[in-house]
Amino acid sequence: MELVLSLAIGVLAGSGIWLLLRPRTFQVIIGLSLLSYAVNLFIFSTGGLRTGAAAILEKGEMGTLARYADPLPQALVLTAIVIGFATTALLLVVLLAARGLTGTDHVDGRERDR
Amino acid sequence: MPDALLLLTLLVLPFLGSFAAGVLPRRARNTAAGLAGAIALVNLALVWAAYPTVAAGGVLRAEFEWMPSLGLNLVLRMDGFAWLFAGMVTGIGALVVLYARYYMSAEDPVPRIFAFLLAFMGAMTGLVMAGNLIQLAFFWELTSLFSFLLIGYWHHTAAARDGARMAMTITGAGGLALFAGMLVLGHIVGSYDLEVVLASGDVIRDHPLYLLALLLILLGALTKSAQFPFHFWLPHAMAAPTPVSAYLHSATLVKAGVFLLARLWPVMAGTEEWTWLVGGAGLITMLIGAYIAIFQNDLKGLLAYSTISHLGLITLLLGLKSELALVAAIFHILNHAAFKCSLFMAAGIIDHETGTRDIRRLSGLNRSMPFTARLALVAAAAMAGVPLLNGFISKEMFFAEALSAEAPVFTLLNILPFAAMLASAFSVTYSLRFIHGAFFGPEPTDLPKTPHEPASWMRFPVEILVLVCIMVGVLPAATVGPFLHFAAQSVLGDAMPAYSLSVWHGFNLPLLMSVLALAGGVVLYLLLQDRLRVMDGPPLIRRLEGRRIFERSMVFLSWRLARLLERRAGTQRLQPQLRLILGAAIVAGGAAVWLRGLGPGNLVPAPIDPVLVLIWAVGAACALGAAWQAKYHRLAALILVGGAGLMVCITFVWFSAPDLALTQLTVEIVTTVLLLLGLRWLPKRRQVPGDRGPEVLTRGRRARDLAIALGAGLGMAALSYVVMTRTPADLLAQHFLERGYTEGGGTNVVNVILVDFRGFDTLGEIFVVAAVALATFALLRRFRPAADSRQVPEQQRDQAPGAEGGSRHGAASGPGSDWLLVPFMLTRLVFPIMIVTAFFLLLRGHDLPGGGFSAGMVVAIAIILLYMVGGTDWTEDRLRLRPQLWIGTGLLLSTGTGLAAWAFSKPFLTSYFDYADLPVIGRIPVASALVFDIGVFALVVGATLLMLIALAHQSVRAHRSVPKAVPEPAPERPKLGVAGGG
Repeated sequence: MELVLSLAIGVLAGSGIWLLLRPRTFQVIIGLSLLSYAVNLFIFSTGGLRTGAAAILEKGEMGTLARYADPLPQALVLTAIVIGFATTALLLVVLLAARGLTGTDHVDGRERDR
Repeated sequence: MPDALLLLTLLVLPFLGSFAAGVLPRRARNTAAGLAGAIALVNLALVWAAYPTVAAGGVLRAEFEWMPSLGLNLVLRMDGFAWLFAGMVTGIGALVVLYARYYMSAEDPVPRIFAFLLAFMGAMTGLVMAGNLIQLAFFWELTSLFSFLLIGYWHHTAAARDGARMAMTITGAGGLALFAGMLVLGHIVGSYDLEVVLASGDVIRDHPLYLLALLLILLGALTKSAQFPFHFWLPHAMAAPTPVSAYLHSATLVKAGVFLLARLWPVMAGTEEWTWLVGGAGLITMLIGAYIAIFQNDLKGLLAYSTISHLGLITLLLGLKSELALVAAIFHILNHAAFKCSLFMAAGIIDHETGTRDIRRLSGLNRSMPFTARLALVAAAAMAGVPLLNGFISKEMFFAEALSAEAPVFTLLNILPFAAMLASAFSVTYSLRFIHGAFFGPEPTDLPKTPHEPASWMRFPVEILVLVCIMVGVLPAATVGPFLHFAAQSVLGDAMPAYSLSVWHGFNLPLLMSVLALAGGVVLYLLLQDRLRVMDGPPLIRRLEGRRIFERSMVFLSWRLARLLERRAGTQRLQPQLRLILGAAIVAGGAAVWLRGLGPGNLVPAPIDPVLVLIWAVGAACALGAAWQAKYHRLAALILVGGAGLMVCITFVWFSAPDLALTQLTVEIVTTVLLLLGLRWLPKRRQVPGDRGPEVLTRGRRARDLAIALGAGLGMAALSYVVMTRTPADLLAQHFLERGYTEGGGTNVVNVILVDFRGFDTLGEIFVVAAVALATFALLRRFRPAADSRQVPEQQRDQAPGAEGGSRHGAASGPGSDWLLVPFMLTRLVFPIMIVTAFFLLLRGHDLPGGGFSAGMVVAIAIILLYMVGGTDWTEDRLRLRPQLWIGTGLLLSTGTGLAAWAFSKPFLTSYFDYADLPVIGRIPVASALVFDIGVFALVVGATLLMLIALAHQSVRAHRSVPKAVPEPAPERPKLGVAGGG
């Protein structure tokens, strides 16, 4: 199980980084999305992979790790998802504005000299 | 008066006064001077009030909590030595303020200099009273800072700017070294409290880090006290107004270095390293300073080098292994302050009344300003060490020490007395040059001003100081005796040596040395007298200019090195930067693996579930496909990314994280819609079969990028595997699980963490989201699409036969048109259900999966759905959306919930919870965290809608403008961030 998820993280990260290094802005945005999946999964996995662990406490109970999934990485990732959404939106708009200003969708705002 | 109040007033009053003087109008010369003088006098009186305690051998001490968790407190302490310095700082400060009132011209912004002087006085007082090493380093840097401002007071002249910058660079860098040294010292001792440090001399000297601490502290002390090889900043600091030079560069600032050396003398001195470093620096500085001083043509330059030389003498005394030498050093600190300050003031008077300080132009001022001449004569004689003046007595002590001190090697012991005599002879020579050059000789010609005596109040401080020189010189034991005694005792403790303060010790070797030095100095002056006027700089060591070295290194650091780094590492292009960052990350990760090894952890991996394998086979295919297609097939790539996102979402469900899955799903939808809206503005790019692009150029680059991507991907995979097969660090999770319900009042621990335990983080996060939403809105208000994106997309033209241009999105859509009729009806039905679901998610968030984020996203999705099927105009006719209002409400609610805790005198964002019985619905939890979560909800709704609608409106706007759009040659440069218009 751990192996499957590690490979998944590796593939997501590798694809994302490949796209980050591409010259077109859209590629960079897609790359960032893929990379953020990889990172979120990685942070999430630091709590340990638990299938079937309870996520919700019984009322009045002091939870223990034996019964419950680790809530801390989940809280971190939840925050990361929302912030990731916000930054993607900002990046998109900045890139669109840059495209409008410079007339190109190259990440440097001008086509590479051949 | 309680000690704490006294010490605190002493420290704070100058800073308050500095602030008050700083806000005075530019012309308020008398007010500012009166204020500064009053504060200096009050402080002097406060210092005097501490006299009984200190004279009895006691220590005034006040402690204030600062960082108790680190064991750090603000400690103010005043023992005999600190008292002596505090007296000097305030007493001379008062005299300098009086002097400055008459010296400064009314055209200068005079209140400013008094503000700086007071602030400097406060910093210096804080330095000498610091009872904690870190505090000492802090005030040390503060003195450097204010001395920078004071030297650069006449910032319209280049000399002042350069001198200030040089002093700041040298003493500031030394201060940083000192800070590091203090940290090392504190580490050795285990405490930063000065008293603990002063009680652990043996620990310090025997510690392996002793040498490091010593070197760092000496860097600080020697730069501050202008010791060789850092001496060169002091002459350049003479660009400061003369009162500043008199105060800082004779009596106080430069004495901070020797103050520290004396302070740490009992615990750090006595080793070979100390003797070599401190004694060596002092010896060289004393000789070089005195030698160069002879050849200075500027009165202040002469005094500056003489100060360097005398500081070298004090440092040399501190470097000797002798308690008596320490007493002599403290005594000379006092004496030097008195005569050098008065000489600076005299030089300032000459400058003020004649318009020049050049010894070659000055002459015969004895006739026009006889009184000043006599005062300067006495002070210069004290500097030269003439009997019956204070300089003589400390010089005799110095000679005695030079004869008897222990030296590391025998030859040095032989050199010391000769070096002492030589430096003393030089000081006679330059003192003679100062007096003879300025006051004697023929009538001066071509002076810028006609010389005359200054205002009598301007001369008053000089008179006081010269009186001190004479009194101490004639009756040392009766005047300075007790002060010197308890100051030295507070440093040395029980090791206090017996010494005798008197003018006459009988015919002995030191007396003979004095006579020889006096005679030698006079002879040297007579020999050199005529040649000095035409000489340019000191012979033999003319090339030894610290300034040139300093400037070269500054040019190297701030220009060549910076340029080199920019050329090598800097780039204006994104891709090389990213390559550097990723490469560095891979290297760092690889290095960690190389050094620490990489092995699987202690957990047995769970059996592989074929369903999950299948899920991630799809996910990996989606990711790779997106990477493959993102250039030419953007829509496909976007769909594939969405696919990968769904697999992530399923993974969250699989591994017991329902909250994450919910959030991921909703965010996925909104992100995809957002990117879809953006697609329309990107340039068309078609893959032409056969055209492989500039293949030769890019093949190498692509191979390199592929290697980076593969390396990073493999690295991430390996890292994840290693992390996952280890027992997670469970301490924090345990903490939250235990308290989630019992203290947070919610069974959904993730939500409780977000809105309660780590509520402040969430608050910060929603402010970021709000800022981002407003930023996108602002950017889009002035959005100008590129020329080739202005046309209506061809897909839309195909769909709307008969409709001209892009009115498709306008009133034609909605009910009555045949466009998407079935989805439209369904959406209208589903919309209320979605809103109810959102509220359900919001309210149950504390106990069950849900919460403000996902609820807000669901509302946003519902509204987007209406936009998509109903069209912009139809939706906006029926639904008055005010995203900014939502954002504002959200921020107010969340922050308000946090602030409300203050009303119950609890810390910010403390939450409160209870259960309430409602009819029908039953028992529901009522937590203040719920209000906070409602704020998050409102903000997410507002921010998401603002971004989406702003982007979607671009299409409408562009379509409307198309019919009249004549292709503009060059779009106006939009003014981003300017409100209005759009």
